[in-house]
Amino acid sequence: MSAPTRIKPPLGPDNAWWWEMAAEGKLGIQRCQGCSRLRHPPRPMCGDCRSIKWEAVEACGRGTICSFTVLTHPQFPGYEYPLIIILVDLEEGTRLTSQLINCDPADVAFGLPVEMVIHTDPDGFNIPVFQLAEAR
Amino acid sequence: MAYSLKDKTAIAGIGLTPFSKKSGVSELSLAAQCIVAACEDAGIDPGAVDGMVTYTLDNSEEVDVARAIGANDLTYFSRVHYGGGAAVGTVLQAAMAVATGQAETVVCYRAMNGRSGKRMGQGISGQIINSGLIHYSWYMAYGMLIPGSWIAMIANKYMQEYGVTREDLGRVAISQRNYAQANPRAYGYGKPLSMEEYLASPPIASPLCLYDFCQETDGGCAVIVTSAERARDLRKSPAVIRGISQASTRGQEEMTSFYREELTSLPEMELAGQRAYAMAGLEAKDIDAACLYDAFSSEVIMQLESFGFCGQGEGKDMVLDGALDIDGRLPNNTHGGLLSEAYIHGMNNIAEGVRLVRGDSTSQPAKAVEHVLVSSGVGVPTGALILGRD
Repeated sequence: MSAPTRIKPPLGPDNAWWWEMAAEGKLGIQRCQGCSRLRHPPRPMCGDCRSIKWEAVEACGRGTICSFTVLTHPQFPGYEYPLIIILVDLEEGTRLTSQLINCDPADVAFGLPVEMVIHTDPDGFNIPVFQLAEAR
Repeated sequence: MAYSLKDKTAIAGIGLTPFSKKSGVSELSLAAQCIVAACEDAGIDPGAVDGMVTYTLDNSEEVDVARAIGANDLTYFSRVHYGGGAAVGTVLQAAMAVATGQAETVVCYRAMNGRSGKRMGQGISGQIINSGLIHYSWYMAYGMLIPGSWIAMIANKYMQEYGVTREDLGRVAISQRNYAQANPRAYGYGKPLSMEEYLASPPIASPLCLYDFCQETDGGCAVIVTSAERARDLRKSPAVIRGISQASTRGQEEMTSFYREELTSLPEMELAGQRAYAMAGLEAKDIDAACLYDAFSSEVIMQLESFGFCGQGEGKDMVLDGALDIDGRLPNNTHGGLLSEAYIHGMNNIAEGVRLVRGDSTSQPAKAVEHVLVSSGVGVPTGALILGRD
């Protein structure tokens, strides 16, 4: 019997491309082709210019911790606890929700620089996560 | 000139089932029982109910409830989305239906086996989310599955920005637990909470710990909305709906509005408050007591700022001054709230708002209570309601 795995994201036309980029080891950002604004989380229309044309660009993967929470309870199968969830302000200007790995929960703090790494689950699922930039 | 709902309608009755961790009955049974209790409180025959409003998350169908209580023909039925954000919205739907003649006696209800049945803390899985799946896809894969985890992200940022401490949150939890000591319905009745116990409680989603979380509860709560004129002829003195609004603001997400420039305020709550105040012709200084939505302790402090009871970052100081206590500036959640009475998704906070206006809370402040502010869910599209004494 295989070990339990994380809940896979439900995929649809508005988000599957992001996870496909992740599967290729890339962190994606959606860019409007009408006004060139970056947006995240992805959505089918630009709320500024109402264009439905967009393209995916690859983020540099560097950012800083905007906020965080350390989850200890309840513990769901497929995740390791304590689980550090972070909001990352990317250098490109968008913000995303992700996980901080290779870090003691006592060491996580606001404003710390982080960098994206791709974590591969035992079942081969790729997910973009972050580690402290100094941990390189 | 826009039509105003001010003073046109009132809450004429409130009804509750007992609250427990295992009701032993169906959610439909809880719904029927709390609605009949609300009718009894108002002095209205359940056979007069001709409108129903509930939450999209409620599992009891309107027609099933109608047959169970022997309701009248229904001429208005509607549901409001966004979890606890629906609470005030149900009253708004009912008030508009009554004011426009679509129905005369509208019941707003929420009944749930929230502990013995499907629990909020069980996390999202795709099974309880029938829309917005793609929205939650950004959180599921990372293990951010429960309301506490989403609220914690905002709470942590807010606390860091304004130097809010665990003790500050503890004062909110303890104030409400103190109120619960006078309320035999409350989960926290007979279970006082000290700061030592609060600070020693296990972490769940930092910075939030056990006592910052509300009570998963089995139970139901209903309120009856009818015209203010009719309510005056009924059994209890009416809680007049003076101001009410729903609100969702730019960049809003359900629970995860993490991508706005500023994370340390609640813009949707500010908008709901401004609109409710404007309709009522009142200001924060006119509000005598409150039932601020409190699924988590941190939410109460932030809302003191959203509704203008103090400046940005000053919520913690108001709490420290004892503002939320019975002799304070703004007695809050005098039934114990979602934290210490029961979590009926905010509907029980509306019921307490009605009691405060009537003067029959188990912790009724000594001062005259003319106006009470009640809010719905925090971190979601929400609403604010100002109830007034007739």
